[in-house]
Amino acid sequence: MSIKLENVSYQYSQNSAARQNTLKNISLEINKGEFVALVGHTGSGKSTLVQHLNGLLTATEGKYYFHGEDVYAEKYNKKMLRSKVGMTFQYPEHQLFESTVLKDVCFGPMNMGLTEEEAIVEAKKALDAVGILEKHYYKSPFELSGGQKRRVAIAGVLAMNPEYFILDEPTAGLDPRGRRKILNLIKKLHEERNMSILLVSHCMEDVAEYADRILVLKKGELVGDGSPKEIFANRVLFEDKGLLVPEAVSFMDELNKSGFCTRRCVYEGTGDKNCFATTVDEAKEVILEMLKKGGWQPSEKGPKAEKTKKAGGRSEKEMRTGEEEAVIMEKGENLS
Amino acid sequence: MREITIGQYYMADSPIHRLDPRVKLAGTFAFMLTLLFQKNFPAYVIAVLVLFIVVKMSTVPFKFIVRGLKPIAVIILFSIIVNMLFVPGEPLFKFWLFQITREGIVMAIGLSIRLSLLILGASVMTLTTTPNELTDGIEKAFGGLKRLGVPIHEIAMMMSIALRFIPILTEETDRIMKAQMARGADLDSGNLIQKIKSLIPILVPLFVAAIRRAGDLAMAMEAKCYNGSVGRTKMKPLVYQKRDRFAYAIILVYIAVMIGLAVLAPRLGFGF
Repeated sequence: MSIKLENVSYQYSQNSAARQNTLKNISLEINKGEFVALVGHTGSGKSTLVQHLNGLLTATEGKYYFHGEDVYAEKYNKKMLRSKVGMTFQYPEHQLFESTVLKDVCFGPMNMGLTEEEAIVEAKKALDAVGILEKHYYKSPFELSGGQKRRVAIAGVLAMNPEYFILDEPTAGLDPRGRRKILNLIKKLHEERNMSILLVSHCMEDVAEYADRILVLKKGELVGDGSPKEIFANRVLFEDKGLLVPEAVSFMDELNKSGFCTRRCVYEGTGDKNCFATTVDEAKEVILEMLKKGGWQPSEKGPKAEKTKKAGGRSEKEMRTGEEEAVIMEKGENLS
Repeated sequence: MREITIGQYYMADSPIHRLDPRVKLAGTFAFMLTLLFQKNFPAYVIAVLVLFIVVKMSTVPFKFIVRGLKPIAVIILFSIIVNMLFVPGEPLFKFWLFQITREGIVMAIGLSIRLSLLILGASVMTLTTTPNELTDGIEKAFGGLKRLGVPIHEIAMMMSIALRFIPILTEETDRIMKAQMARGADLDSGNLIQKIKSLIPILVPLFVAAIRRAGDLAMAMEAKCYNGSVGRTKMKPLVYQKRDRFAYAIILVYIAVMIGLAVLAPRLGFGF
């Protein structure tokens, strides 16, 4: 039971403006129940890749097997594939069209051949899951707020009960609370319904916090595939400016450079291949542990001395609380 | 939808691209107008030849230009059929209620050539002229009308915005179509009524998007203190160069030849 791409390549027609978004020889397998994140620059081919997974685009070369069946076989039912592999595009609220929220969410299930009554049952379930209250059901979708519209649009796909759910930058352009809501919703779908998730995102903090596995796409090639700890430890992947490691990782990296902790956070050819802290919570744990051990000892030499100077000659004890404050502040930033 | 090339710009540095937009406007206008009056094949041969040379000089690939014909293929086909079936004259063969005449076939061929040339001529201009240049050209060329109270600047601005929006809306349509297909929308099958119904999930979001974009653009223009033509100066005012005068001369020659043909051809027996 999996999504499996074998040596997939894709090229847009020549005159197209999206000429750079090609795919080169991509092989990957996503098993049922995984939470995978796909990251990469703008124009790296992320959207192109995910559009292959529900059959909207057909690879120019290569094979795609869904649950072991060849999707590119002549008789393959693409509509069935699209109901099993649900997908929302960037700014999915732009696809809303019906006169009421409920009708719009019914569009997907009714296309799958459900009767109106059955579709309404599914739609209500989906709207409930995304946290849209019953009083909104008979409103026009255009009356809702931006975050609500997006959740309705997500419900529109959810109502088809997909096994795999692909979300192309579901949090783009939302306020922090809207982002949280969407991400927590995705997490809930993953945990409670064992839905496989493929999240396309630019926000590395979100990716580090939610995904079990990260795929890195660069100029149409799959250059990284692994757990967040492996991926973010691989400095080579993050050398160019388009991609950044999560703030927690670069924060820990800086602490490491200043001699605060001895374990390296970034793999540099030797030593531990894993990051030990990719999220703020993990970073906090590590720092508190270090502080308990009395890990950071200010000395008058090297980068450490610089740090003391910056602190303006505060005592060691005050420095510690300073570090803790920094952690708490950073955490606060992420949550707000 | 991706095939619409009218209104798209093909970036290149060619003699045609460098021409003053007014020259290109005049040239295109002359090309279209002279075609409308022609009813003989030699004129079409010359028009095709001229178009061929211009396209060659512009370095725009032929494939790119011909693609512009695709969206109007239906119209051309329709006019061919109508002409073939309903133009009276010497019948070639009959079936049921219809008869196909020699005149009808000639008319159909002539019309399809003329229509294609019109579209191709227009797309050569837009492919080699940026919307900005085009607006400047129109504004300057018809500047005299302003004294008569015609808001020529505003008209030019509206035209250039409309042209600029074509590729954007094409892309938007493509995205909306994909989004609805991902929700199981079936756009290809079913009878005519079902097909028209299946357009609603695409058209409604498309209109919403177009209005939203128009509002955003208006806001952005106001934020940059746009208030129409009043007191507006140009960073690069249009000035005729030597090559532009040369091009005008060629256009005049072309017009003269076409008028000559229009007058002479029927007498020589080429007309239809």
